[in-house]
Amino acid sequence: MIEKHLSISSKEARLIMAHMYVAFISLLVGGLMGLLQTFVRSGTFNLPFGIGYYQILTAHGVILALVLTTFFIIGFQFALMSKTVGISDKQRLSAWIGFWTMLIGTLLTAGTILTGKANVLYTFYAPLKAFPTFYIGLALVVVGSWIACFTNFRQLAVWKKAHKGGKSPLLAFMVVINMLLWFIATLGVAATVLIQFIPWSLGMVDSINVLVSRTLFWYFGHPLVYFWLLPAYMAWYAIIPKIIGGKIYSDALARLSFVLFLMFSIPVGFHHQLTEPGIDPLWKFIQVVLTFMVIIPSLLTAFSMFATFEMAGRSKGFTSLFGWIRALPWKDVRFFAPVVGMLAFIPAGTGGIINASHQMNQVIHNTIWVTGHFHLTVGTTVILTFFGIAYWLIPSLTGRKLTKKINTLGIIQTIVWSVGMFIMSGAMHIAGLLGAPRRSAYSTYTGAEQVDTWIGYQLAQAIGGTILFIGIVLMVYIFFYMVFGAPKGEASFPIAEVSEEAEPTPQYLENWKLWIGITIALILFAYTIPFIDIIQHSPPGSEGFENLIR
Amino acid sequence: MHIHKYEKLWLIFGVGSLILFLVILAIGAFYKEIHPPSHMDTIDPKNVQEHESFKEENLGLRQVGENEYIVNVLSSGFYYDLGKDENDKAVNTIRIPVGAKVLFQTTSTDVVHGFQIAGTNVNMMVEPGHISTLETVMQKPGTYTLLCNEYCGSGHHYMAATVEVFEP
Ligand SMILES: [Cu+2]
Repeated sequence: MIEKHLSISSKEARLIMAHMYVAFISLLVGGLMGLLQTFVRSGTFNLPFGIGYYQILTAHGVILALVLTTFFIIGFQFALMSKTVGISDKQRLSAWIGFWTMLIGTLLTAGTILTGKANVLYTFYAPLKAFPTFYIGLALVVVGSWIACFTNFRQLAVWKKAHKGGKSPLLAFMVVINMLLWFIATLGVAATVLIQFIPWSLGMVDSINVLVSRTLFWYFGHPLVYFWLLPAYMAWYAIIPKIIGGKIYSDALARLSFVLFLMFSIPVGFHHQLTEPGIDPLWKFIQVVLTFMVIIPSLLTAFSMFATFEMAGRSKGFTSLFGWIRALPWKDVRFFAPVVGMLAFIPAGTGGIINASHQMNQVIHNTIWVTGHFHLTVGTTVILTFFGIAYWLIPSLTGRKLTKKINTLGIIQTIVWSVGMFIMSGAMHIAGLLGAPRRSAYSTYTGAEQVDTWIGYQLAQAIGGTILFIGIVLMVYIFFYMVFGAPKGEASFPIAEVSEEAEPTPQYLENWKLWIGITIALILFAYTIPFIDIIQHSPPGSEGFENLIR
Repeated sequence: MHIHKYEKLWLIFGVGSLILFLVILAIGAFYKEIHPPSHMDTIDPKNVQEHESFKEENLGLRQVGENEYIVNVLSSGFYYDLGKDENDKAVNTIRIPVGAKVLFQTTSTDVVHGFQIAGTNVNMMVEPGHISTLETVMQKPGTYTLLCNEYCGSGHHYMAATVEVFEP
């Protein structure tokens, strides 16, 4: 009965919804941890029951940065793939195996954090040592995500075989690029976890090479942010045009920007290690240059977005220079939420350029400015776009309608989120410039006057954090209402068509061997010599330190 | 592939600014030699005192020239070791005259730490097995907090010392 309202078969809907449940429960739990942190840091609140500040900080990072994002993205991408190229019974089975592998991994890691044996934060820098199940759980999450990768690759390959010579659907192409990026990037973190951390935490080897582990971590840590961002770009490029009643500006440019992201987002990890010893400054600089190359596809994207908006507006008869802005559906939350996210990307991207700028990094490195920066990028641009996706994806999967009331509540949610984030992230940026460190509990340090100047901003962070948490509660309510409460009916799964005026897409854009080849060549160029250098100049390895985290 | 005229202009402007920006960074890096701290020497983290700079008697502030100083620091689980004073008490404040050239050298005896003098550009990572160094001139008098800005364990937020820059 319900089935007739679904945009895809109920079997597929169940698979995707399973990912969504984990994502939205993570949002609530991880968000609560974040709220408590801002309270502690304001200096007015102590955690009860012997819970540690760094314990909730670890939970907040792992649950939001790794669990929420990965589950939402993989679920969303399965929806896009099912819709555009289809999913066979076999592929759906492997998708479920991937899901359960990730979930078991998540529970194992979360359980270890809850027992206080893994207060190592989500970057788990050696030689701080967590209990082995922390790393084993993380490894399972990665392995589960690889199963999803190969399921997606297989889906496109099967479709290509059946449509010889045909151009792959744009969204399927984008999903495969993002999963390729993720697969190549996670090889780094898998290598350090499997070869270095697990044997070392189990006591099979005595020591760990700290700089090697950090380099492998950051080889993964930067593309990770593009793994978050590209699904948002998928929605911007191929879904929002439909929602505003327009068309995709150019299929070829959209594909080109995704290919450029694949090539330029991986060989850039050193810009996270700019202030560390043991890495040649020349190679740091080379990676800084490579890092800045990702600005090019970002510029392409910005142009495409505004071109799409303007074309849609003009097609509705608005002719003056900026009149088309009025034609956009500002009262449709499916448009409003992602566009607010898009706007946040302007200051967010600017901050990112400062962070990666070789010498300028020294001013803000490891200050709370950095935290402010990524709460603007992933915590606003990406997550507001994900919320924007949820407003049509969830109803279309559950066979319910997006009611007017929920639409209005969604707009309120977006505003609450923006206000909360403006206050919290703004305070973080300023306090960071004044020198306040990131990832630290409340402290007056030496009691100097200088430290006093930060405290006011830390109070502002708590106010912003509280408003954000109200936003989270609203969103989780909206999610469960869309799953269980909304009236039955049909919700569209909006996928835009390419504009008739767009040029045909050149064949070479689908030359996977070429793009993967260039990506690997760039990675080898950026990493081979410095990596040999790091290994040849290795100091004696470090034993673990568990006593420091208890 | 055809690219729209306005998009071409937009990309030329964007990529042009990008190149200009990178050239400025490169001039800073290779002509003025302003690189981020990237010291290459290694050390045994379990036996840091075998290195001249980190012998007990060499820790803390030392004057090495007319207006030149070296500050050797051992960073460890939640403490910056700045040596001892005449009364054999641990030093937790160092005083540097305005305008003096100062070389900071530090290494870790355990985990990864941060080394940041808040409100200045003195900011570097401290890693076991590596020596971190940074040379600077403190231009503004005042009382600064030297603090650990990389999470190093449960007492991380207590890891701090004071740096006074005074008008001589
Ligand atoms: Cu420390």
